[in-house]
Amino acid sequence: MQNIPAIRHGKHMGFAWGPEDILVYETQFKASGPGGSFIHKVRKDEDIHSPILRKLFNESHHIFVGLQTIKEDVPSKSKKPQFVSISRNYRSVIRACMEELQQVAVFIFLDHHPNHCFAVLSQVSILLAIELIWNLCEVLFIDAAPAGSLLLHLLDWVRLHNADADEKAKDVLQSDSPAEHHHYWDVPGGTQTLTEFDVKWRNWHEEVDRYLKDNSFSNAAHTTWYHFLITRLLYCHPTVKPIELHYYAQSCLTMFLDSRSVQEPLDSILLAAFEFDIYLVIKDCSIVLNNWWFVAHLTDLLDHCKLLHSHNLNFGSNMREFLLIEYASGLFTHHSLWQCAVDYFDHCPELGRACLELQIERVPLDTERKALKVLRICEDRQMSEQVRSICKIMAMRALRNNRLGSALSWSIRAKDAAFATLISERFLQDYCTKGTFSDLDLIDNLGPAMLLSDRLTFLGKYREFHKLYGEKRFKEAAKLLLSLMTAKIAPRSFWMTLLTDALPLLEQKEVIFSADQTYELMYCLEELTSSLDTEQDVEQTKVELLRLSLARNLAMAIVKEGTVDT
Amino acid sequence: MKPTTSKGDGGAADTSPDIQMRTGCVSMESAKYVSLKISKTRWRPVSHSSLQQPDIFATGSWDNEDNKVSVWSIGDPGSLGLEDGFEGDPQLICEHKHDGDVLDLQFLDQERIVTVSSTGAVTIFRHHQNSQTVSVSQQWPRAHRYPCDDAPGTGVACSSPEIVTVGEDGRIIVFRADHEGVVRVIENADSSTLHAVTYLRTTEVLTVNSFGQLKLWDLRQQNNSPSQVLSLSGDRVPLYCVDRHPNQQHIVATGGQDGMLCVWDVRQGSMPFSLMEAHSAEMWEVHFHPTNPDHLFTCSEDGSLLHWETASPSERPSFLQGGGSSSMTSRSAMAPAGGNQSIMSAWLCGDPSKSRLETTHMLPSQTLSVNSLDVLGQCLVCGTDGEAIFVNRQVPV
Repeated sequence: MQNIPAIRHGKHMGFAWGPEDILVYETQFKASGPGGSFIHKVRKDEDIHSPILRKLFNESHHIFVGLQTIKEDVPSKSKKPQFVSISRNYRSVIRACMEELQQVAVFIFLDHHPNHCFAVLSQVSILLAIELIWNLCEVLFIDAAPAGSLLLHLLDWVRLHNADADEKAKDVLQSDSPAEHHHYWDVPGGTQTLTEFDVKWRNWHEEVDRYLKDNSFSNAAHTTWYHFLITRLLYCHPTVKPIELHYYAQSCLTMFLDSRSVQEPLDSILLAAFEFDIYLVIKDCSIVLNNWWFVAHLTDLLDHCKLLHSHNLNFGSNMREFLLIEYASGLFTHHSLWQCAVDYFDHCPELGRACLELQIERVPLDTERKALKVLRICEDRQMSEQVRSICKIMAMRALRNNRLGSALSWSIRAKDAAFATLISERFLQDYCTKGTFSDLDLIDNLGPAMLLSDRLTFLGKYREFHKLYGEKRFKEAAKLLLSLMTAKIAPRSFWMTLLTDALPLLEQKEVIFSADQTYELMYCLEELTSSLDTEQDVEQTKVELLRLSLARNLAMAIVKEGTVDT
Repeated sequence: MKPTTSKGDGGAADTSPDIQMRTGCVSMESAKYVSLKISKTRWRPVSHSSLQQPDIFATGSWDNEDNKVSVWSIGDPGSLGLEDGFEGDPQLICEHKHDGDVLDLQFLDQERIVTVSSTGAVTIFRHHQNSQTVSVSQQWPRAHRYPCDDAPGTGVACSSPEIVTVGEDGRIIVFRADHEGVVRVIENADSSTLHAVTYLRTTEVLTVNSFGQLKLWDLRQQNNSPSQVLSLSGDRVPLYCVDRHPNQQHIVATGGQDGMLCVWDVRQGSMPFSLMEAHSAEMWEVHFHPTNPDHLFTCSEDGSLLHWETASPSERPSFLQGGGSSSMTSRSAMAPAGGNQSIMSAWLCGDPSKSRLETTHMLPSQTLSVNSLDVLGQCLVCGTDGEAIFVNRQVPV
């Protein structure tokens, strides 16, 4: 339980759930009156925000992806060395993090921040415990050594974890100022004083010596019950079979609990492992640890080793998938690690895709580069809904900032004809108000993208008309202008502008529009006026002017075409 | 994924607490995990006179709550004689907080680094070698901007003391280091986003945009329009990176959304000279090797880093290969009577099957996106979205 430091003592707190955190605020429960003006974010899982633990998440992601790509057709038995190796890779990553955290703890300690130091050391001890459990699972489940070699593996296991203590204890005791030695802190059972540990350790050595002389055994000096277990097995039952382990484990633990009163979670988990109850191990770890990293990766590995029977849960997916999704969902809320989470969802065949679809749309898109990466993820998985939605968000944002080219580029990516039409309208509006085109570099170079929407095609063609006119290629310009109306490429609202554009061509000394073309223009004009309101006087003058020009042109055209060159 | 042989085996009686196993295959590359997604990596320039290999590089991060600009050292090359030229992790020397994502980073000179940020700011950092610290030397906040919003800067190119940046706002801005204001702004240089910029000549820059257009800008001219525009005739795919051939200034390589590598001859018409399928996703960076331009490197969102090597045509005299800044003059002096054809770069052969192009994957296994790479001498450094940096000290060039 924690007090939220920013909420004043005795005040009421309101809250709302978030995906990984809670938002809290001070409230008076009244409609008006002074309240707090801040909203505070309370995070549940601090681990993913620790820079050192992030390396754990990244490196293990890499191992995870590699594991998924191991071919399924090869029988499991021959893949065992591979799985063992992968297990060791995971463990080495844990150990690397642990080492780094220990070094950091020393610096913090020397900097006189005891609370922070303690927090880091708890993380270290958790990692130590995790590695211990994982190592045992590797020995018992993955490597699955038979009787005989089993004990040797277990011996290595316990020596590895006690060797640290031995080595470090030796170093510590031999150094001048043990309290400042960086190994001081990772003596197991770290709440002991140095003297206590020293005594225990020396006793243990004496006991072993004595045992070797008189073949008896005492548990008083062993540091842990599982250390005691292995030693006892080594000297009494070296050919122990896997199924017999739990008897000895239970009895050793019971013996040990006499001197210590409490069975700790770690003890239960190890005991469950000795009982070969994989599900209990996973369940207990899930309860005890504050994030899903460990259980998700271990379960996934065990599943690949075909050690988990499809243990179906009520809501349809299996345990491996459930844990991976829990883990990945947690990752997804991290501002940076969300990219790793995608791969985890990919390898959850039943629910992964649905979860990814929901989560990917919530990634904040601050820059184009980030949007491009998110888009690539969606496109690679044919998530067309999400692609459209993201492109629309980016296009709207661009439009709001008057970046018409960017907006168009996003519409093209999403093949969003409707939005492309919207943008073209903007361009055309700009033209009508300013009299010139903005962004000519874009309109002139649309290329095949022009075909995305009719309006866009019109825009491109209209610009082409202007270019032809500018190059004094009047006949071609005229033909294009007419086709824009007759082929219905131009929107009706623009026809007046087009007809007005035709005026200079009609007024040229040389006849440009042929008689047929003139008839067509007249037809267009009539079509336009019949659908327009007759009350618009301004339009009326223009219409009259057009009719006059068209009539004159028609006359000249008829004469020209009727004249026979002699 | 192939497991490696390691220094210590977890199951054996090795009691060393330092059991570090390298994931990935036995190769010259090894990942250094840095807890930050790396957006840019750049070698510090080495002086041309010394034949030293580079030993310092800078990185910029992105997508983090606290982004950083960091300076790393790969130590003294050749000091430890480990196999394959891989010699220990890069060590962090110093770092500095960076406001916003580092969207591009370049060394201005031996001591100064320029970055553009997602906040639109352009910042010069100074690396103080005596105290091994980094500090902000100069900043232009909101250089790139919208009227009511931040506009990310996307690219920066340096030709000391001049700096040119481009951004999502379609502006091109010219700065001068140690000069308070902005030297020149080309407003609305592009209606879409400008993704990268590079110097062609000291007075000419080249930009690429979301419509697959290359635009040449002559900075001596006062008008705000490009002197030349080039693009593909087919689908206008957005381009994200551009690099100029170190010796032949008319040859540029570009990469974009479709992962195709295009090599252009800027003098000759508006079409690229050769198009090669390179990656299955966006290509983020393309670099010619600065001293050995028959080699080219590209990296992509698909998690791969490719090393392209073109065999030099036999009619090309060996003394024209590689070399430093003197090659420009020597080449034109040595131009055979037949004109430029016979010494056209092997990159512009048009038909990839004729140019004997070899590509190699440089990273051991698929990673998350490789966002950036830099190559100098025999050293290559790259950064990924998997929060890892890879350094390779024996690039075969």
